[in-house]
Amino acid sequence: MINKLVVENLKHRPVRTLLSTIAIGVQVTMVLTLVGLSRGMLEDQARRSRGVGADILVRPPGSSIIGLSGNMTEKLVPFLRKQPHVALATGVLIEPTGMFSSVTGVDFQDFSKMTGGFRFIAGHGFEKPDDVIVDEYYAKQNKVHAGDYVTIKNKRWHVAGIFEQGKLARIILPIDVLQNLTGNTGKVTSVYLKLDNPANTQSVIQELRSRLQDYQIYSIDEFVSQFSVNNVPMLREFIYVVIGLGIIVGFLVVFLSMYTAVLERTREIGVLKAIGASSGFILNVLLRETAVLAVMGSVLGIILTYGTRWMIMTFAPGTLIQAIVPDWWPIAAAIAIGGALLGAAYPGMKAARQDAIEALAYE
Amino acid sequence: MNNGGPIVSVRGLKKTYRVGEVDVNALRGVDLDIARGEFVSIIGPSGSGKSTLFNVLGGLTPPSAGQVFIEGRNLRDLTEGERTQLRKTTVGFVFQKYNLLPTLTARDNIEIARYIAGRTGEDDTQFAETLRLLGIEKRLHHKPRALSGGEQQRVAIARGIVNRPAILLADEPTGNLDTENSNAVLALLRDLNQRLNQTILMITHNPEAAAYGHRIITMRDGRVESST
Repeated sequence: MINKLVVENLKHRPVRTLLSTIAIGVQVTMVLTLVGLSRGMLEDQARRSRGVGADILVRPPGSSIIGLSGNMTEKLVPFLRKQPHVALATGVLIEPTGMFSSVTGVDFQDFSKMTGGFRFIAGHGFEKPDDVIVDEYYAKQNKVHAGDYVTIKNKRWHVAGIFEQGKLARIILPIDVLQNLTGNTGKVTSVYLKLDNPANTQSVIQELRSRLQDYQIYSIDEFVSQFSVNNVPMLREFIYVVIGLGIIVGFLVVFLSMYTAVLERTREIGVLKAIGASSGFILNVLLRETAVLAVMGSVLGIILTYGTRWMIMTFAPGTLIQAIVPDWWPIAAAIAIGGALLGAAYPGMKAARQDAIEALAYE
Repeated sequence: MNNGGPIVSVRGLKKTYRVGEVDVNALRGVDLDIARGEFVSIIGPSGSGKSTLFNVLGGLTPPSAGQVFIEGRNLRDLTEGERTQLRKTTVGFVFQKYNLLPTLTARDNIEIARYIAGRTGEDDTQFAETLRLLGIEKRLHHKPRALSGGEQQRVAIARGIVNRPAILLADEPTGNLDTENSNAVLALLRDLNQRLNQTILMITHNPEAAAYGHRIITMRDGRVESST
């Protein structure tokens, strides 16, 4: 019976119920989209790093393992190529072009050998000095076709080819062109090594570490495992801030909604008390209503994350990747329900303490 | 239980409200006995203390002084929780404005009183009998806004008696009704009183309505002026 009362109360004010549900849903979507973007972009970066096909990665001394900071001399590439068990070595130069985007310079032949070759969806590899190749996501986001021109680093480039995504970068230039363009002649950001046998990875890393002290030398598995929210400076804190904002939004929305509901139902509360309802019963009804709103909002919020993912994949696949994060569904729902119940606490207490005689006289 | 004596016994009842910084003496020493199965009408001008007397008898507010016994229990000694319990089991209310919950159907408005009293698991024949007595079986699936005033008041009466309370307090139950519906509701109250031996206290301004009771108590200035 109490559940029927709760449902009928929610049905009685459909606009308020709908708006409260949407507000809670947006809060849940906000949290899930942020977490999904963080994870999606890190997973995408990890996937593309694996797509290089290397076994070992070498980064300059003092550099951040997953950042782009620091370059080193490209003379290291032939040195590394000569090391025992190293079958292939290729250096890449990565230059940021925006907050979430970069352009990568590669030695096309060596990089192709290591990755197993680019699969071009349209066009071909580099032929002219102003050629650039881009991946399918970049092309989709920027509506670029083979043969078009794009501006990167303040220079117009001819899009020679569009390749299947998953090969480290979205925009690729010949490494010497990018080095000259950015004043990094003779520099590389990372060197990738492919071994004659992946089973030798740890022994080669040990050997290299002894010979190249202070350099960051990792197996690709170790490197990829670093792509987590915890290893990106401030990202975890940023997520916490957004969650905090979510709780505040949920609290305020439900507070206002339930406060209005209690005022509006003053007389009904008086009637319930007159027929013997305890303060606990009144509080219980309001908290159940809130919980239902929060659960409906959570479900809506989860569904909306598929919408935000579709929008991101449609309009910005080359910049942002959003993962669907089912493991965060209960967390986001708990945040929403917690915030909502907190918001309902004061109106609920106000209702529970309502004087029955005054409530019955309320017009 | 006090089966032989009065079901309601009031002695020296006083009730003082604080309104702002002013004390309002709503009841100034009421003495009253109501026998089991009696149908008593209470009349009096506005401000005479009728509604306050109902609020005290219904456990909605505690007395300031005096003794109020309902079925032998002194309301003066009851805690807030015990007064809530009293409203569940011992007292039923009927209001002038019906006061049905607008979100629930007529059936659910009656059912929720049983639910709150913890009687939903009990035999449904009592519930069915109540509905039959009130003649509202065919309107049960409607919400209050789809019911006439007379129908709403019958549903409210059903809600008031569904838990078989010791007394039914009806506060101007015909105040919002036309003559035809008023007569129907008053006849119904008298019928319930006769068939179920339901004790009823009814506040009214209408002398014709008051005449339906076995006895008429007149209140003035917070005291019982006469009982005839």
